[in-house]
Amino acid sequence: MHWESWDSFFKMGGYGFYVWLSFGLTLLCLLIEWYGLRQRSKDLQEHLE
Amino acid sequence: MNFNWFLFSSPKTFYPLAGKIAPVCMFLASVLFLIGLYIALFVAPTDFQQGEAYRIIFVHVPAAWMSMWIYLVMAAWSIVGLSLNSRLSFMMAQALAPTGAIFTFLALVTGSLWGKPMWGAWWVWDARLTSELILLFLYIGHMALQSGIENVKRADRAGAIFAIVSAVNVPIIYFSVKWWNTLHQGASISMNKAPSMAMTMLIGMLIMALAFWAYSIGIALIRLRCIIGEREREAAWMIDLREDH
Repeated sequence: MHWESWDSFFKMGGYGFYVWLSFGLTLLCLLIEWYGLRQRSKDLQEHLE
Repeated sequence: MNFNWFLFSSPKTFYPLAGKIAPVCMFLASVLFLIGLYIALFVAPTDFQQGEAYRIIFVHVPAAWMSMWIYLVMAAWSIVGLSLNSRLSFMMAQALAPTGAIFTFLALVTGSLWGKPMWGAWWVWDARLTSELILLFLYIGHMALQSGIENVKRADRAGAIFAIVSAVNVPIIYFSVKWWNTLHQGASISMNKAPSMAMTMLIGMLIMALAFWAYSIGIALIRLRCIIGEREREAAWMIDLREDH
């Protein structure tokens, strides 16, 4: 393990804001895309039936 | 051997196949993501120049690669569509565009979040950043063009020609760091010299790139199924498929 403590892990050597926002936004965007498409195919299924 | 190469080029046969491949890709993507994130956040060492801020590379570079690659794939499907007149190829290109746009957006935003602590600026009008921003506009332009034309056939053709012509921007992005004096650093990985980064960093980045690949294929196939379903809802095979359920 690279980190001495969870605190240093979250702080990311003082760059926590930039690092966590980058990773967080990436995951968020991909999840929103995936969720949006699930809704789209659900709507389509309902529309077809 | 008598194999019909065009068997899967019709929406009817590809629709169920895409439904089988997509979940496998999404599963693979999740596993690779977890491994990649673990290496990126727990295993990879601190960079001697950039400290911990460099970890943004693990999402930034794969997102930027995908943003360029997806546009090239869209252009390739457009060429196939125009030359073979296959509807499915156009739908493939259409299914890829929003995902490409999202990766372009992410490359720009994570780049900005990396630029601020390293360069002291959120944004500079350097050749790499500017051409990547143009790529985002091209994706949006493609989607607008495709959805703005009522007639599906004409929309497909217009979108295809647009994608092929504007794909010239991709090599400009890629070589921008060579051709111009940019603030943005050079290529992270190149074919003709040894990688300049530590092995664990490189492996982590490649695994994240594979995760993005699997995700892109999976999500594009899910969107392709939506597009096929929406376009062909009145087709006989679609109605048969519904009644089978």
